[in-house]
Amino acid sequence: MTQAEHERHFNDKIAKEIKIEPNDWMPDEYRQTLIRQISQHAHSEVVGMLPEGNWITRAPNLRRKAVLLAKVQDEAGHGLYLYSATETLGADREQTIDDLHTGKAKYSSIFNYPALTWADIGAIGWLVDGAAIMNQVALCRTSYGPYARAMVKICKEESFHQRQGYESLMKLCNGTPQQKAMAQDALNRFWWPALMMFGPNDAESTHSEQSIAWKIKRFTNDELRQSFVDATVPQAEILGLTIPDENLKWNEERGHYDFSEINWDEFWQVVKGNGPCNKERLAARIKAKEEGLWVREAANAFAKKRAMKKSA
Amino acid sequence: MSNSDWPLWEVFIRSKQGLNHKHVGSLRAPDATLALENARDVYTRRSEGISIWVVESAHIHATDIDQADAFFEPSDTKIYRHPTFYEVPDGVKHM
Ligand SMILES: [Fe+2]
Ligand SMILES: [Fe+2]
Repeated sequence: MTQAEHERHFNDKIAKEIKIEPNDWMPDEYRQTLIRQISQHAHSEVVGMLPEGNWITRAPNLRRKAVLLAKVQDEAGHGLYLYSATETLGADREQTIDDLHTGKAKYSSIFNYPALTWADIGAIGWLVDGAAIMNQVALCRTSYGPYARAMVKICKEESFHQRQGYESLMKLCNGTPQQKAMAQDALNRFWWPALMMFGPNDAESTHSEQSIAWKIKRFTNDELRQSFVDATVPQAEILGLTIPDENLKWNEERGHYDFSEINWDEFWQVVKGNGPCNKERLAARIKAKEEGLWVREAANAFAKKRAMKKSA
Repeated sequence: MSNSDWPLWEVFIRSKQGLNHKHVGSLRAPDATLALENARDVYTRRSEGISIWVVESAHIHATDIDQADAFFEPSDTKIYRHPTFYEVPDGVKHM
């Protein structure tokens, strides 16, 4: 087939909602866009373990500890499914990870905010996983097969992440005034960063238009952000918490909540590496790779020994 | 040394007795034993399986996607292999 025929065939599949699979012909830019997006997504799952992992030993009871451990373990799995998906596109897994460590690759800027109190762990589950789910449910219909399949599996696992966070906040909100104040404080600090998770406004989003045309993205950043706000406001009401936005108001005409403009300076500062925890997060990932080296070497040595025994 | 020296394994899971093993994803591991254990930890955390197969990706042979039309053509042209090809009067039962 000629280049033009390949392209026509590819566009035809996209138009007919036929998934693109690893060995199919695809435009180079489609491949590169996917590698960038999926590896960023993988890095976010992995870096996302850090703020929560930090609280596993300090969870208030055994039930909460077991739940948090299970959630963090899920996130490690999500990282793996996504790194595997980048490999199907020809990306080298170690290289993708090294790109994170050198700062060349990005991850979701939400994880550059610290989890200061136990209530933050509830807020992260409710808001951060909630926002991630909004994004990931939409990605279950993305045009690249392995990415879509990873998303289906991830979404199945995510739903408990949000529920456990909400449940944990519910407990605090029904507790002492100090506990409720702690929950409100967590919401105050995580609300805006959670809205930033959907990325820049559509007008500012560089890759959006092409990604929508290729059906990599099914909804724009602003559409997803609006759905998240609409879904979350009533949940905050049930908790009895106040969303820190004085312009938040139901708009009868639009059938959506109106909300204030995001502080984009803060967003870009964090993306550029100047958030509260950027350096700490990268340092922790690099340390994990370096200090885990002996485990990988031991696994190799053990595999070799086992192979020798078998052949003997 | 990094784990990119480790081969890639394709993971297949039988979700319950009576069903086929189905491809669920892939992972890297130094040998089959560790590949099976890792597959258990990442792909069956919620009782998704009762049996796992792992196969080194390098051992899988696949049809050529560019030749797919020609390769599968013999079956596409034989519509008489399907029951709907045949006309049977309305009154005929159990067929
Ligand atoms: Fe996740
Ligand atoms: Fe999650």
